[in-house]
Amino acid sequence: MSIRERLERLKAMRNEMKYLCLVYLEHDKLHAVPDRECMNCGDDFRKSGLLVAAEALESTATAATVRVRNGKMSITDGPFAETKEQLAGFYLIESRDLNDAIQVASRIPPAREGSVEVRPVRQLDPDTRL
Amino acid sequence: MPAADPINEAVSAVYESDSRRVLATLIRLLGDFDLAEEAMHDAFRAALEQWPRDGVPANPRAWLVSAGRFKAIDGLRRQKRFDSLDEEGRELDVAVVDTAAWADAETVEDDRLRLVFTCCHPALAFDAQVALTLREVCGLTTEEIGRAFLTPAPTLAQRIVRAKAKIREARIPYQVPAPAELAERLEAVLRVIYLVFNEGYAASSGAALTRHDLSAEAIRLGRLLVELLPDPEAMGLLALMLLHESRRAARTSPSGEIILLDDQDRSVWNRELIAEGSRLVRAALATRRFGPYTLQAAIGAVHAEAASAAATDWAEIVGLYDALLRMDDSPVIELNRAVAMAMRDGPEAGLACIDDILKRGQLKDYRLAHAARAELCRRLGRMVEARTAYQKALALTRQEPERRFLERRIAETDR
Repeated sequence: MSIRERLERLKAMRNEMKYLCLVYLEHDKLHAVPDRECMNCGDDFRKSGLLVAAEALESTATAATVRVRNGKMSITDGPFAETKEQLAGFYLIESRDLNDAIQVASRIPPAREGSVEVRPVRQLDPDTRL
Repeated sequence: MPAADPINEAVSAVYESDSRRVLATLIRLLGDFDLAEEAMHDAFRAALEQWPRDGVPANPRAWLVSAGRFKAIDGLRRQKRFDSLDEEGRELDVAVVDTAAWADAETVEDDRLRLVFTCCHPALAFDAQVALTLREVCGLTTEEIGRAFLTPAPTLAQRIVRAKAKIREARIPYQVPAPAELAERLEAVLRVIYLVFNEGYAASSGAALTRHDLSAEAIRLGRLLVELLPDPEAMGLLALMLLHESRRAARTSPSGEIILLDDQDRSVWNRELIAEGSRLVRAALATRRFGPYTLQAAIGAVHAEAASAAATDWAEIVGLYDALLRMDDSPVIELNRAVAMAMRDGPEAGLACIDDILKRGQLKDYRLAHAARAELCRRLGRMVEARTAYQKALALTRQEPERRFLERRIAETDR
């Protein structure tokens, strides 16, 4: 059995849940934390078996927003920052509970410049009906 | 699903049986809850990597503690960019080799007791004591505690974060209190355990009358405490919980309706729990250093040993309530004594006592005072009064089965 498989078993045993840590930063602070530091943080999380995925995002100026209404697609630029902080990146982690996830989130470097929202991942249920 | 793997089985078993002990010891060694939790996580991960290669160590718990400590200190060192292996580093290597230092069973058990006392430290808010105890000592997740207490998980998470910060900032010592303050500090621990039990046994709000998991956790905590610190009141509390628990199956009907003590089918009471509870009560009483939990348990034991409500030694129960009142002059105890008096001397005597309590303005918003008054009026055939009292109780209850019970009683007063 590989380490990876063993780790999966340990996580199942601990009933681990996934949490999405959303990193928010003001536009002029998007590069306030050196990329190297964020990469190191991701590497640390990966080595500790906490990390599922992590990415940094380009600024919202490069974004397009898609909507479908009555079968018709519309596209708008943005979102533009009415709110001061924008989504700058994310870390998808696995933790035993919300407090563990918060603890991990507090180690994400941009937490000291902006904020990190910790959201539990919801298990989709194929059997729910409207 | 891969076939059963002996290493994984071993890690799982150690996790199940020892992760709380490992955590307690790591908190002592590292002096920080969060660091210790992270270290424990790393230690189990290291076990998954190394045990398949090197075999399961002779003392897995000691191995995990020393691996966790190593990882934590190593991590701190890297974080602080220590550029040379200084003395701390050398000491570290020695510690990792010398696992015997953590193998001392007595020290490890003391660590669990230290953890209980730290989580229930009076500098922390009571809510925080409860949350911290359930999470750190019992190993419940924040989400599980939230569901059990019908509290949003982020609220609880904040409570736990703040409590840990308080422990850090106020430098709350991680130790079993000195004999001089032990009694008072133990009382705080017992109060937390009893609240957890009661939340499970008679949920104060919500749809389900009982939330079994919390009661089971409280009993587990009670056993742990008696094992680590066989104080008479710790024994008394455990006995009290076991005696309550013994009646669980009898106190609700299959459809979830409340069945009062007098009407319960005593043949379904759990005899094993009663025997254990009664044994503990006798042991606690024999010390002559017992307190209110032991006396309440003694009352429970008198009920448990009676064949029916009528065959109960009510005089003994009234006497025990008298002793209890001398220790704790509480109107709730007085109310319970009044109910026992009604059984011993007739409903009128009990009713006079309850009216006296209510007249003093105490318990006027306590639903059980009005419910007890209503029951006694009903037994006396004073249906109009009974109805009014049931209605007062109904207005005060937040519990679904209780509401249904009171509505049934109100309907009966019409006949």
